[in-house]
Amino acid sequence: MDSKKIVEIKKAFRSAFPHTIPVFTGFIVLGIAYGILMHTKGYGVLWSVLMSALAFCGSMQFVAITLLTTAFNPVQAFLLSLMVNARHLFYGIAMLDKYKGMGKSRFFLIYLLCDETFSISSIIKPPEQVNKKYFYLAVSFLDYFYWVLGTFIGGMVGQLLFFNTKGIDFVLTALIVVLFIEQLKFQENRLSGIVGIGCTIIGLLIFKADNLVIPSMIMILIVLLVWRKLKCI
Amino acid sequence: MYLTTMQTVIIILAITLGTIITRFTAFVLFPDGKDHPPVIDYLARMLPASMMGLLVVYCLKNISVFVYPNGIPELLSILLIVILHLWKRNVLLSIGVGTALYMFLIQVIFI
Repeated sequence: MDSKKIVEIKKAFRSAFPHTIPVFTGFIVLGIAYGILMHTKGYGVLWSVLMSALAFCGSMQFVAITLLTTAFNPVQAFLLSLMVNARHLFYGIAMLDKYKGMGKSRFFLIYLLCDETFSISSIIKPPEQVNKKYFYLAVSFLDYFYWVLGTFIGGMVGQLLFFNTKGIDFVLTALIVVLFIEQLKFQENRLSGIVGIGCTIIGLLIFKADNLVIPSMIMILIVLLVWRKLKCI
Repeated sequence: MYLTTMQTVIIILAITLGTIITRFTAFVLFPDGKDHPPVIDYLARMLPASMMGLLVVYCLKNISVFVYPNGIPELLSILLIVILHLWKRNVLLSIGVGTALYMFLIQVIFI
């Protein structure tokens, strides 16, 4: 790799890092919690890190603990993973343009597209002087790194945590709320933002917390498509 | 461990496969360089804000309004975040103060 490229990559990391600080806090803490939980179920650091590094799907990994502690059923694990993670399908559509023309890097960007990375990369515009591809790669890589690192720490020394971290995982909710407000700054996003909130609340009320994702996505899709028809966009 | 080593590996791979499919589908259906139908461009424009709205509710889905503390810590913290953010527009400040308030509320006030 030539030195110019290295300089470009460093610049991208420096400019991406501040945006990922809330994710750093949240992922380290939740990663530790995950590592500890796996540990208490008899799955040592090797297993929790392997799961985090390969599957990299936060909330689904917590759900998966149940799957690792009951009768062996890989088909159920696969289907549950599809359902809990279904929202990624729409992240993909939303990121089609942003991840356009990224060549081989596209593979990594897609593989690492979690909720938090999507939240940052879909709203934050890379600064003019920073290479776009490296910026998105830096956000994705940093978030991924935090999660795996947190899991590792949790699996190794989790029980020794010395201060009361109860409630610190709220940092991820705070991040999502703030980035949602940032989205709503743009007039053209307000309608779709309200559609998202509204449909998901209805989904939550009807289908309850464990099954809300797919019905809410379908409602969002229907409302957006009907709106398009009405406005003839 | 409840499962054998091999079974555990298979479960991890099954979950990984499910996740990968949900992440790659859009990009496989609408490959780079090809024009996609206008409806996809429309959805690509509209979906980011909708999905952020979904995520906001998703983050709060396990709150029960009828069980103490009735979601009050979350409500107060989010109110503070919204006000602070509209006022100062500083992402880290809003997140930091909002999280600190939440931790204070559930550790000290709503025990």
